[in-house]
Amino acid sequence: MSFDFPTLLNVFISGLMTGLVYGLMALGLSVIFGVARVVNFAHGEMMALAMYTTALLFSAFRINPFIAVVPIAACFFSFGYALQRLVLRSFVARPQHMQFLLLLALAVVITSTLLIVFGPDARAVNLDWLLEPVVIGELLLDQAKLYAAVVACAVSAALFAFFHFSYTGTAIRACADNWLGAKIVGLDVDRLYAIAFGIGASCVGVAGCMMILLVDVTPGSGPAYTLLAFVIVIVGGLGSMSGALVGGVLIGVSEALGGFFMAPSAKSMISFALMIMVLMFRPRGLIAEKL
Amino acid sequence: MNRRAILLLLGVFGLLMALPLWASPYVISLATLFLFFAYAGQAWNIMMGFAGLLSLGHALYLGVGAYTVAALYDHFTIGPWLGLWVALALCGSLAAALAALAFRYRVSGVYFALLTIACAEFARIGFDHFTWVGGSGGLFLKVVESDRLDLLNLRGPPAMFYYLMLFLTGAALLLSALLLRSRAGYYWQAIREDEDAAAALGVNTFRWKMLAVIISGAITALAGMFSAFYYSNLFPEQLFHISRSIEIILGPMLGGIGTLFGPIIGAALLTVLSDGATELVAALGWDVPGVKQLVYGVVLFAIVGFMPQGVWPALARKLRLAK
Repeated sequence: MSFDFPTLLNVFISGLMTGLVYGLMALGLSVIFGVARVVNFAHGEMMALAMYTTALLFSAFRINPFIAVVPIAACFFSFGYALQRLVLRSFVARPQHMQFLLLLALAVVITSTLLIVFGPDARAVNLDWLLEPVVIGELLLDQAKLYAAVVACAVSAALFAFFHFSYTGTAIRACADNWLGAKIVGLDVDRLYAIAFGIGASCVGVAGCMMILLVDVTPGSGPAYTLLAFVIVIVGGLGSMSGALVGGVLIGVSEALGGFFMAPSAKSMISFALMIMVLMFRPRGLIAEKL
Repeated sequence: MNRRAILLLLGVFGLLMALPLWASPYVISLATLFLFFAYAGQAWNIMMGFAGLLSLGHALYLGVGAYTVAALYDHFTIGPWLGLWVALALCGSLAAALAALAFRYRVSGVYFALLTIACAEFARIGFDHFTWVGGSGGLFLKVVESDRLDLLNLRGPPAMFYYLMLFLTGAALLLSALLLRSRAGYYWQAIREDEDAAAALGVNTFRWKMLAVIISGAITALAGMFSAFYYSNLFPEQLFHISRSIEIILGPMLGGIGTLFGPIIGAALLTVLSDGATELVAALGWDVPGVKQLVYGVVLFAIVGFMPQGVWPALARKLRLAK
């Protein structure tokens, strides 16, 4: 096999940019788990839903995905908020496996609905003005990936700021840290859980909007993204925000390099192997910290 | 179980034994499918229902079992009755390896479930690239005169497969009943209810949990063997897919996790339900892919939301079958 350093660097950076979008998706999962202690088995299906919505808005109304991201994030926030407030709240006291079987059911419903509505064919969004790559020396940066990565970084940074500097964000962290304590000092824990779920869902919404610029979506993409998101947060540390981003970048880069050196279809084997190793030797993840 | 229950069970068994005498081929194929899910559900139930270990990757054992028997038959003309022992041993060892790693490193709860999914997915992608057994293009078994009965090579009319599955389901029911009343069964239930307390009482939780995973994984291999010879074609995308794992758990979920008859009742209800939905949709002219899965999703949602105990406990009380 012939490869040289610039090619390898291009593959690496391409993986890095995709990895940041993965990271944003996984960040959503991590926030939902870290705060509401809900294992969102429908995460990837929500991602696929966001991708289809973006594709539909683009093909039907010519709405630019970079604009569509705002209403989609808002819709996903409401969806997540309502789901936690109306359905999942009553599952807090039940055995844990009931809760994620419920989300598994939601996942199956979303996937089959997408299949019924959109059919089995792949959908994509191709923007003409994103086709030309940005050239820096020997580096060729794919514009779509570049902007997607920038959006992912901006949203993640905004979330970090929200959780550390705003009153609500701090209160949510307090809930995650000590549920009873938060309740004792008078925080509305139910509402904060719902907000956290909403934030997690809107992360997926944004990540889905960006992801449709990079790859096609089929109804079967959902379960694959759920697995990917879990792989990332387990590698990075379930419940840790920085862990999700680090894990996302790690998986993105290893997938890109794996696709380069091996058969592209075998690339996710590397991620699964990585996850199995982390589960064995560092079960709390690489960065095991609280939200 | 009281006498009423035993009589009812014998009656149902007799009815099922006589089914191929009068039923149409379509009904036989439906009943075979029902028995397949009843069997696989019982296998899964040993792990989750008895010992409280949630596996969301039972497609792994289904696929490995199917591929082992099929590959031995296709490449070395080793008959299925010999191959099944290899499949049992292989799936048992695979389950042992997975469980040993998981329990040694204290992977539990949702992490354990995710590990089982990851292993199944890993195998799916692996088999996609495993060209010796056909890779993603699939492995096809030679079909010769499907109506001649050749029990040695598991080639024959649909009724033969029906009786094979009926035998397997009955055997699994017997095995489950024996296990539940054995020392292992009581230890499993103790571990399921409170693992720390069981350990404190001197139960070697590692060993007994291992046993549950190994039995469950190994006997799932036989469902794989059936599926390989019944359909005569094997695709990693179908056998190892996560939706297969979900289908396996739906029966016991609906019927009642941890109960003896739950997986069977659940599989029966699901078969009727999904066939009814398919017929209804066809009759209404909405014949689009995905409807069956939607029904499954809604059913799972409803069970978890409104009937977490499953159908069997309530049914048993109503029919006065419980002790």
